[in-house]
Amino acid sequence: MSRIALLGPQRLQPFVGEVARGLEPHGSGAVITAGWQEHEDAVVELHEHLDRPTHNLDLYKRAEEVLRHDPSFADAYRERQNELRELQAYYRLRLDAAIEGVTALERRPERGPRWEEAHADAMKALRTLDQEHAARVEEGNARFEKQHNPLEHDHIRKHRKQLRKMVDDASFVAIAGGHVAVLLNRLRLFGMAELLAGKTIIAWSAGAMAISETIVLFHDNPPQGAGNAEILENGLGLARGVLPLPHSKRRLNLASRERIARLTNRFAPLRCIPMDEGDRVDLDGGVLLKNRTYRAFTTAGAVETAGV
Amino acid sequence: MTPVTDTMTARETLQHWIEKGAPDAAAIDAFIEENTFPIVEPGSVTYVFHGEADGVTLRHFVFGLPSTQPLRRVANSDLWYLTLDLPDESRMEYKFELQLGEQGRWIEDPLNPHRALDPFGANSVLQSYGYERPDWTEHDPEAREGTIEELRFRSRALRHDYAVSLYKPARFRRTRRYPLLIVLDGGDYTHFSNMKTVLDNLIHRLEVSEMIVAFTHPRDRLNEYAAMPAHDEFLAEELLPRLESRYPLIGTAEGRGLMGASFGAIASFSTALRYPDLFGRLLLQSGSFAFTDIGEQQRGPAFEPVVEFVNRYRAKPVAIAEKVFVSCGMYESLIYENRSMVPLLQSTGMDVRYVESRDGHNWENWRDRMRDGLSFLFPGPLWMVYE
Repeated sequence: MSRIALLGPQRLQPFVGEVARGLEPHGSGAVITAGWQEHEDAVVELHEHLDRPTHNLDLYKRAEEVLRHDPSFADAYRERQNELRELQAYYRLRLDAAIEGVTALERRPERGPRWEEAHADAMKALRTLDQEHAARVEEGNARFEKQHNPLEHDHIRKHRKQLRKMVDDASFVAIAGGHVAVLLNRLRLFGMAELLAGKTIIAWSAGAMAISETIVLFHDNPPQGAGNAEILENGLGLARGVLPLPHSKRRLNLASRERIARLTNRFAPLRCIPMDEGDRVDLDGGVLLKNRTYRAFTTAGAVETAGV
Repeated sequence: MTPVTDTMTARETLQHWIEKGAPDAAAIDAFIEENTFPIVEPGSVTYVFHGEADGVTLRHFVFGLPSTQPLRRVANSDLWYLTLDLPDESRMEYKFELQLGEQGRWIEDPLNPHRALDPFGANSVLQSYGYERPDWTEHDPEAREGTIEELRFRSRALRHDYAVSLYKPARFRRTRRYPLLIVLDGGDYTHFSNMKTVLDNLIHRLEVSEMIVAFTHPRDRLNEYAAMPAHDEFLAEELLPRLESRYPLIGTAEGRGLMGASFGAIASFSTALRYPDLFGRLLLQSGSFAFTDIGEQQRGPAFEPVVEFVNRYRAKPVAIAEKVFVSCGMYESLIYENRSMVPLLQSTGMDVRYVESRDGHNWENWRDRMRDGLSFLFPGPLWMVYE
C-alpha cells in the first residue's frame, strides 16, 4: 500500500527529513527537484535534511538532454506547450465572466426566494467550464502521446530504464515544489506516474499539487489580473481526493469566508487543504487520514481539523 | 484655563490651547515629546512647528493648492500650527520657511522624521491617513540580492563617454535568456527610489520576471532627454546592440523595455517612436508630455523641443510598443498632460495601463508605482511557482 505525505513549504522550516525517517526509517531516498528548473541540482540543503544516501532523479536535466538530441521532437513538444498556453488564455477569459456571474449574485443586497437556485446554477456553470477545460487539455495530451509516443522515444526509454531502477532502489521519493507546470511536464514526459505508483512519496508545495488529481493555480491578490483560481490541468492522480493549496496564508484571502467557501464548493468533492509552514496531511492506500495534523477548508469557508 | 485631559487627542489638545490660551513651556515641551507630527487624522493634517520665529510658512509642491500657506501662532507661545484638508493615502513633500527678522530660511520639518531625497537635497514628507510605505520597497532579508556591474564606453552619437550600471538578478545564469529594461536617470532611480531593492524583492516574490536592467547615467539630461535624436540613436543603435552582444538577453521587442520619469519618460517615448517595434515595453512615470493646442507653451525654454515633439505625436499618434504603463501623481502640474495622453495612446491599439496616485512629482511616488508597472510589463511566474 502506498503511503503519501503532503507537506507545507520546506524552505524556511524544513521537516522533510523527520517525515522521511518516520515513514521509511531505512534505505536510501530519491528526490525530484525539476520544479527548480536550472537550479535542480542545488540540493545540498535538502540532502542534509534527509541525512541519508539520496539520489536526484534529475528530470529537468534529462528532459533538456532529450530535447537537445531530438530537434523535431523538441519542436513538437514546444508546439504542445504553446497550445496549452493558448487553451489556458481562452479558458481564463471565459472564467472571468463565469466567476463574475457568481459574485454578482453574491453581491446582491437582497436575495429573493429563487436566489439559491440561481446561485447553484451559476456555480454549476463555473464547474462545467472547469471540467471542460480539464477535458480539453487531457484530449490534447492524449493526442500528443498518440502521435509522438514519447515513452517509446529512444532517449526517453533509456532514461526511464535508469529512473525505474533508481525509484525501485529507493525506500521513498521526495518531490519538491517550484514551477508546477515545469515539474508536471517533466513527470509526464518520463511517465513517472507509473514508476511512482505504490511508492512512499513525500511531496510539498508544487510537488504536492503535481501528484494530486487536479492542479489549481491560485492567488487572491496578484499584482495584476483578477486573481481567479484556475485549473491548470489534471495532475498525476497519485494523491486522490485532495486539492493542496500551498502558502494559503500568503496566497488566499483567508479573512473572506465567502471567497474560501466559493473555492471549496467549486472544487468539491476534492478537499481543499491549506498547506503552510509546518502543515502535513497523510494518505494511506489512497485514503486521506484525519490524523493529528489534518486541516482542511470546509464548504462554509472555515477550517476543520481532525478534532472538529 | 481649563486643563487638558488625558483622553484628548493631540489635535484636541491643540484646539483647546487655541481657544483657551497657551499653557506654560513645560506643558508644550511635554506635548511635543508625547506626540508625532504632523498630526494626521482622516481627511486632514495639522502641521506643527515649535521654536523661535517671527513667522512660519508651509511651502509645498502640491499642484492645485496655494504653494505658500502661513502657520498660525498658538496664543503667545512658540508653537505654530496649520490644519489642511488632505485626502487619505496622500503623500506631500514640503518644507517650512522660517522668518526671523528680515531673514527667511527654508528648513525641513524638525518634528517629522520622514524625509524624501532627490538630486536637489531633501524634503520633509507628510504621509496622510492611510498611507503606508509598501513593504516591497524596503530591504527584505529573505530576498536574494542581484549584482551591479559598472560599464563605461564611448558614445559616437553623443560624442562623450557614457556610464551604465548593469543589474543582474540573483542566481543569474548565462544559459538563460533575460528581458532587458533600460532605465533612464538610473542613478536617481537606484538612489532615491531604491530600485535595486525593489527589483530584488519583486523578483524574489515572483511578481516580476528575472531581468537584466541597465541603469543609464546622463551627462546633460535636460538636453539629452528632450527628444534628442542623438540620444535615441545612442540607446537604440549603441547601447542596445552592445548589451545584446554581451549578455544573455531575449533580444525581441517583448523582451526589451524603456523606463523613465519626467523628462526621462519623454526620452523613452522618443526612442520608442523613432525606432518603432524595437522596444515592446514602455514604463513612463509622470512624463513631461507638455503640449499646446494653441498659443505658446509657458514652461520655459527647456520644454521647447519637448512641446514640439509631443505636439507632433499628438497630431499623428501611432503605436510604438505593445504594452505601455503610464503613472502620474494627482498633485503634479503634469497630471492634465498625462491624463490627456492615455486615450491617445489607447487609440493606437497599444495595451495601455494607467495608474494615478495622491502624490507629487518625486522619486518616492515613482518608487511606489514600480510594482504596478513592472509586473504589468514583465510579469513574473507567481501564478505558476509554489516553492
